[in-house]
Amino acid sequence: MQKFLTLVRRELGGYFVSLTGYVIIAGVQLLTGMSFVILLKALNGQPFDMPVTEKFYETGFFWIILLLAVPLITMRVFAQEKFSGTYETLMTAPVGELAVVLAKFLGALLFFVAAWLPLLAYPYVLRRYSLDLGQVESGIVASAFLGVFLVGGLFVSIGCFASSLTRSQMIAAMNAFALCMGFFLLSFLSTLLAPQPGWQTKLFAHISMIEHMRDFSRGIVDTRHVVYYASLTVFFLFLTLKSVESRRWK
Amino acid sequence: MNGEAMIEVQNLTKHYAGRVAVQNLAFTVRRGEIVGFLGRNGAGKSTTMRILSCFLPATSGVARVAGFDVFTQSDEVRRRIGYMPENNPLPLDMRVREYLKFRARLKGLGIRASRDRVDAVIEQCELTDVSRKIIGHLSKGYRQRVGLADALVHEPELIILDEPTIGLDPHQNRVVRQLIKNLGENRTVFISSHILSEVELTCNRIIIIKDGAIQATGTIEELQRKMSGGRQVIAEIAAPLPDLKLAWEQMAEIEHFDVSPGAGNYFRCALTARAGVDARAMVFDLVRARGWKLRELTRSRHSLEDIFVHVTKGDQEENA
Repeated sequence: MQKFLTLVRRELGGYFVSLTGYVIIAGVQLLTGMSFVILLKALNGQPFDMPVTEKFYETGFFWIILLLAVPLITMRVFAQEKFSGTYETLMTAPVGELAVVLAKFLGALLFFVAAWLPLLAYPYVLRRYSLDLGQVESGIVASAFLGVFLVGGLFVSIGCFASSLTRSQMIAAMNAFALCMGFFLLSFLSTLLAPQPGWQTKLFAHISMIEHMRDFSRGIVDTRHVVYYASLTVFFLFLTLKSVESRRWK
Repeated sequence: MNGEAMIEVQNLTKHYAGRVAVQNLAFTVRRGEIVGFLGRNGAGKSTTMRILSCFLPATSGVARVAGFDVFTQSDEVRRRIGYMPENNPLPLDMRVREYLKFRARLKGLGIRASRDRVDAVIEQCELTDVSRKIIGHLSKGYRQRVGLADALVHEPELIILDEPTIGLDPHQNRVVRQLIKNLGENRTVFISSHILSEVELTCNRIIIIKDGAIQATGTIEELQRKMSGGRQVIAEIAAPLPDLKLAWEQMAEIEHFDVSPGAGNYFRCALTARAGVDARAMVFDLVRARGWKLRELTRSRHSLEDIFVHVTKGDQEENA
């Protein structure tokens, strides 16, 4: 456990000593800030009957953040160590492969969460200055954050896997982006097909990330969605572990 | 030195895709030894060290460190070794003390123990002045010492160093060498290099490999003896040239001689005696009997470099 925590600390610290980390945080802040401005405009205009979190999510910047920021966060986890050679000192230290994979995943995920944290101030600002005090419900905000966390967890694990395959951070980022984008685009399959009752429509509804996130931003925590993200995250972490272990049987 | 095997390698073979890196390697390093591992570039030194440090698996064969198999008991092995890879990779964004602390904790040392050990290795490797600096800003000599400090921080039983002095200036080289030598007093050190003088100065025993197979092994003296380096004697004598040549021809123990003019009226004689004969005393007796002047009398020693070139030359020459 001590080794694991040491590694997590090192991983997380790595983001904050490099400029990249701050650039990513700044980018995330910019995009969420823009969403917030758009939301404020909407609040001042026509009344609408959806929760503010859903309105916030509807601006679409949300997906740009997830799809672009996560590959940038995760590209370094293995690729940089392999490139600089520190991978060798890491893997010859008495620490298991599983601990390394989980520590890198957790480090990246914590950084991802940290980049989103300032968003917590927005509901407070709304509540402080809005006339209608019922606008922002904590439950809905929490559910929206859970959605971000789950999707982020999946994308981070995909990013870790992509990074474990290569020595080049560039290739790692592009692979991660392609995979994440692939999962995201599955959402549109259901709209392409004519809405007809049948197993396809059912299936596509289950894998549509856009639908999942809409539910989360409405305050609906559907366990099917939670299981979907959690199991895929575990699956990609498993692939990462195998990719790291492959050094020993290649 | 109690003769217990620290490293045991048997029939070790490693294939990379389409290439054999190490072929049927077998050697033993005993506890407390400092062993130099020599070979040309691409001879399989780094591959062997990577296998011993559990980074790469062997294709076949057995390698054991302190009695533990590097493949099946890699955790036990990794706990016992301090390994510094080739080119000494370091995270350039960390500070020296921070990095060593991180490595100590990663290697399982407790909070107190890691603080004490980090202090100790910083002092031992003369890093006190730079302990708060960022590794990326350090000179190569300091970085090398940081790598060494990392290898030492958990007090491993076996220290594996892959080309620890590559690219250092002579002064830094001496510091690192002294450090390695001081380690050897109570540790086993396995060190690869192609800088021969360094190996000659630090190691008790040498293993020379070529094309992934062992070519020669032994102490430097043993290798020199094998090369029959002890038989040639150099003498500088002031004497009339014809007398000198005649004297050598008459001396039955001298198989071959070569006389060349030296500075002043001295002649430099290279004498090869018959096997098992030390010609030095005879030369001295001869000079005294004739009343000549003698200003140098030495047994020519093959330097390690000669041994190395002799042992590793061959079919690679055409490719070079």
